[in-house]
Amino acid sequence: MNFLLVLEWLIKGFVWALVLLGGFAYLTLYERKALARIQSRVGPNRAGPWGILQPIADAVKLIFKEELTPAKADKLIFTLAPVLTVVPAVVITAVVPWGPSFNIFGYHLNLYIADINVGVLYIMSIASIAVYGIVLAGWSSNNKYAMMGGLRSSAQMISYEIALGLSFVSAILLAGSMRMLDIVTAQGGYWFHFIPKWFVVLQPIGTGIFLIATLAEVNRAPFDMPEAEQELTAGYHTEYSGMKFALLFMAEYTKMIAISAIGATLFFGGYNGPFVDRFPWLGPIYIFVKIIILLFGMIWVRATFPRIRYDRLMAFGWKVLLPLSLALVFITAVGIILAQQVNSQLIIVIPLASLLVAGVAVALVDRTLRRKDYARR
Amino acid sequence: MRVVEPVVELARGLWTTLRMMFDKPVTIQYPEQKKPVKPRFRGRHVLKRYENGLEKCIGCALCAAACPADAIFVESSENTDEERYSPGERYASTYEINMLRCIYCGFCEDACPTEAIVLGDQYELSFTDRRQSIYPKEMLIEPVPAGGKPTPQKTEPGTFTRSVPAMKDPQD
Repeated sequence: MNFLLVLEWLIKGFVWALVLLGGFAYLTLYERKALARIQSRVGPNRAGPWGILQPIADAVKLIFKEELTPAKADKLIFTLAPVLTVVPAVVITAVVPWGPSFNIFGYHLNLYIADINVGVLYIMSIASIAVYGIVLAGWSSNNKYAMMGGLRSSAQMISYEIALGLSFVSAILLAGSMRMLDIVTAQGGYWFHFIPKWFVVLQPIGTGIFLIATLAEVNRAPFDMPEAEQELTAGYHTEYSGMKFALLFMAEYTKMIAISAIGATLFFGGYNGPFVDRFPWLGPIYIFVKIIILLFGMIWVRATFPRIRYDRLMAFGWKVLLPLSLALVFITAVGIILAQQVNSQLIIVIPLASLLVAGVAVALVDRTLRRKDYARR
Repeated sequence: MRVVEPVVELARGLWTTLRMMFDKPVTIQYPEQKKPVKPRFRGRHVLKRYENGLEKCIGCALCAAACPADAIFVESSENTDEERYSPGERYASTYEINMLRCIYCGFCEDACPTEAIVLGDQYELSFTDRRQSIYPKEMLIEPVPAGGKPTPQKTEPGTFTRSVPAMKDPQD
């Protein structure tokens, strides 16, 4: 173990943690601004030019707020729960590579924190830990609404994790590896010199399932059941205030960044982009832009769709997304075998068959949900 | 069998919200920009003056009587030719409105025989203390118009003999 390596890890870990925390602060501003523009408003613009100091003002406010602990709360778990929620949200992105390796001043620098050969599995396991924090926060508050929020959250996250995991599987199958770095490398290059070899092209429906399942996974609208204001006041964080609330809030937004980074890596080519092999410093810029666009997608969906009913949420997860993603895994596997054994052109079977299956799924869901017009008959 | 339509419907919803992003914001940057109020807006009361600077209020306290919230307190005193405040027999030596009580109904405006009290366009009525909610006459009365003299004025005896001054037809 040489000293330089330890220093490199320390610096990279520190920088990445800072990027995530600063990103969290500015994501709140980004979301408020984007939502405001969609609603024909201008958003926060008082603290500093264009409101860029707003996150600092919010942070100062939250730090100086009084911290209340309910009298009959489980004090230890009540204090630990926010920490338990934040830590997985921050460490989950450790395996995401944010640029190609390059030599700088004769030193070989890798732009990732950890290179685990089961990177995707690591992401899945850490993502599952995050639910503990939310459930324990809800339970230890000794508040019915918080408890309901925590329960809903756990049920929802466990249900959607299956579809999420299966959508990961198609990316793993296409790359032939669970290493994040291999998955990114497999997405380099172009078909016909202009279509990037991103997995979103090969597996558009898998990407769609990933995007839907992540919305449920990070408790974002329209799947924000655990904190449905109209039903549960604020859900699992009803009793939290001050810095503890800030931690829960931070976990939520950091998870959004993390899940966008993972999505960009698995399906949107990671740090790949034009000229990235010639200028390695373009890699972090590309992945940053992709994360921003995916985050905008989340905000956009929040501004558009109303919250769906809880039973429909579960029904959608178990009866639609799970069978669909299983079918997609099967199609991906068959397509890869066909491409390997018969003709590499046959890889086009994967997107075509996926679209067909998704069309069938849409038709079936539409038939189930269609209003029965008895009156007309 | 509807396959494309459900997806198109979702996409149309998304397109609607995305399109709104490129609309001009409707926000008015309030403390810097203010929207003019409508002509019949009922804001804070203003006590009017005549062109020569005399107060229109003759201290009759009909406004206080008409007030459903009992927000107005009027105390009247006699005018003299040495110290003349209003063209009538008396004037309001104390005129107070409790802005916490006032419901901005405009009954005082209707009750006033000389059109002295008018609900103006001022709506920024915040204060930090209960006692500040009582607006005295000095805050309510409008400034002396150009060419007029401040009250009390010294007037020629026999100029103002009516107890209620003659008034023009209502304009509103």
